[in-house]
Amino acid sequence: MSITLEDAVALITLEADMLDHGDFHDWLKLYTPDGRYVVPIDPNAEDFEKVLNYAYDDAEMREKRVVRLLSGRSISAAPPARTVRLLSRYRMMDSSETSCTLRCAQMLQELRQGRVHDYAANLNYRLEMTNDGLKIALKVVRLLISTEALTAVSYIL
Amino acid sequence: MLNLPDPKRLLGEDRADGSIYSDPDLYDMEMDRIFMHNWIWVAHKSDLPEPGDFITTFVGSHPVIVSRDRKGAVHVMLNRCRHRAATVCELKHGKTASFVCPYHGWAYGLDGALRGVPHQDGYTGQLDKSKLPLVALRVEEYNGLIFATFDKEIMSLDAWLGRAKPWIDLFMKQGAGWPVKTMGEHKFTFPGNWKIQLENTTDAYHFPIVHKSFLDSVDQETQNTFDFVGGAGFVEDLGHGHSVMVMIPELVDLDEGLDAPIPERFTELATELAKDYPDEQVRKIVRAVGGSGFNLNLFPNLACSMAFFRVLRPLSVMETEIRHIAIGMDGGPDIANEVRLRLHEHFQGPMGFGTPDDAEAWDRVQRGSLAGKDISILLNRGIGHEAQREDGNLFSDVSAETGMRAAYKQWLVAMTEEVGE
Repeated sequence: MSITLEDAVALITLEADMLDHGDFHDWLKLYTPDGRYVVPIDPNAEDFEKVLNYAYDDAEMREKRVVRLLSGRSISAAPPARTVRLLSRYRMMDSSETSCTLRCAQMLQELRQGRVHDYAANLNYRLEMTNDGLKIALKVVRLLISTEALTAVSYIL
Repeated sequence: MLNLPDPKRLLGEDRADGSIYSDPDLYDMEMDRIFMHNWIWVAHKSDLPEPGDFITTFVGSHPVIVSRDRKGAVHVMLNRCRHRAATVCELKHGKTASFVCPYHGWAYGLDGALRGVPHQDGYTGQLDKSKLPLVALRVEEYNGLIFATFDKEIMSLDAWLGRAKPWIDLFMKQGAGWPVKTMGEHKFTFPGNWKIQLENTTDAYHFPIVHKSFLDSVDQETQNTFDFVGGAGFVEDLGHGHSVMVMIPELVDLDEGLDAPIPERFTELATELAKDYPDEQVRKIVRAVGGSGFNLNLFPNLACSMAFFRVLRPLSVMETEIRHIAIGMDGGPDIANEVRLRLHEHFQGPMGFGTPDDAEAWDRVQRGSLAGKDISILLNRGIGHEAQREDGNLFSDVSAETGMRAAYKQWLVAMTEEVGE
């Protein structure tokens, strides 16, 4: 049986909840060992390794990002920004027994230093069925304003 | 002029009044006297390699087009139709034969010449197209860096860069024998005055404090490399507001020291490169990938900062846009350029492990500077042991504020001298 939309949405909703509530160590476990978390700049980029991105994290970089967020040694993340995000508009692009591609919208609001920022993004997920259940093999956060000037984002989108 | 601020009263040799970050009248003066009467960096030549290529950017607050015409000459022109002032191009970059105003269809060539006016007979002979090109700025280039200015009188770019030129040449050795090319950029704003950022690129003192979490994320060898405060480096005033801060002296000339051991973090890259390149070239590429050991601050808006270009643009008295432009080897091995991109992503940009902490510090400077009145910002670090080189350049230790003093000296010259002098 192919991976269902319900199962896929359950996983990425869990991810969103963990990120908003600072469960970063558990968040790391949602990814496959060779999974990637990518925030591209170019809206048309597909071959992320060959271009400059905001973030192009393998397992090692994801772990470093979490250490940084929790260390208290980064002034932009001490304390980290608070975030609330909503995922919606889910569409399964393709699905098989072993993997699926899901697209959805994310609206995120950030509060830090008394200022609020909004980030709208299209999310593209590649999910894979593993012995430990469904995992994230690729998450691409295509920010609506990726080609414009951002402000510092010291958290995980 | 009525009640303009007096810059002389705001700046001492070793301090500046806190209001320099927040006085809107002073800001208006800066946008005129500094950003319209100095050489402002607009592009790297690789941004427009072929005839017909263009980018749009800003000189101070003025939107401009930088284009390469059919003969290869670079033009910098105001992005403003001569008819009713509409911008004639809104693309960030591209390739074209002409710029056509979307409002009434006036068409300009790559050199800004007005070529076509729809229904020109409506002007009954009262429109001389030859007198209405896009308004051109002066444009000059040094070692791939393209600068423009509104001022027809100021000295040549060559003379303006002066003693900074050898450092530009050293910086460009990051091409490892290939030309340097830009490889994309991180762009972000911070809620603070542009001079806070200008200072930061010549501030080694903050590095081990602000960038603790970055240093935590790299190996011991890299931590040692970046442990430069108190080391043998130096900051040197190069004249005209330019300065260089040498943090890692052994990485000043990338053509030297090729027999030094390859850092652990680059061994994998070196192994891959060894399949296609002889040992000496592998070493040269790897050394270039690591970047230069210095920040070259060019007054007022460009820094050649270790391994990238830092470009600042004031948006308002208390808002500044920063671009961190990645660079690489034009024609060099993809795997080496990809390592450069990953290094850039690791530290730079709004989601890097370094930049957000810098931005937080600048934000704090701006907000703190609004506390109280008539309180100075100190610029005196390293002044006690500042000395002079044979060529007259002042220098002090790596964490000295010599580069900031250099920039503010030039700031005062620009803000107080008669325009055109």
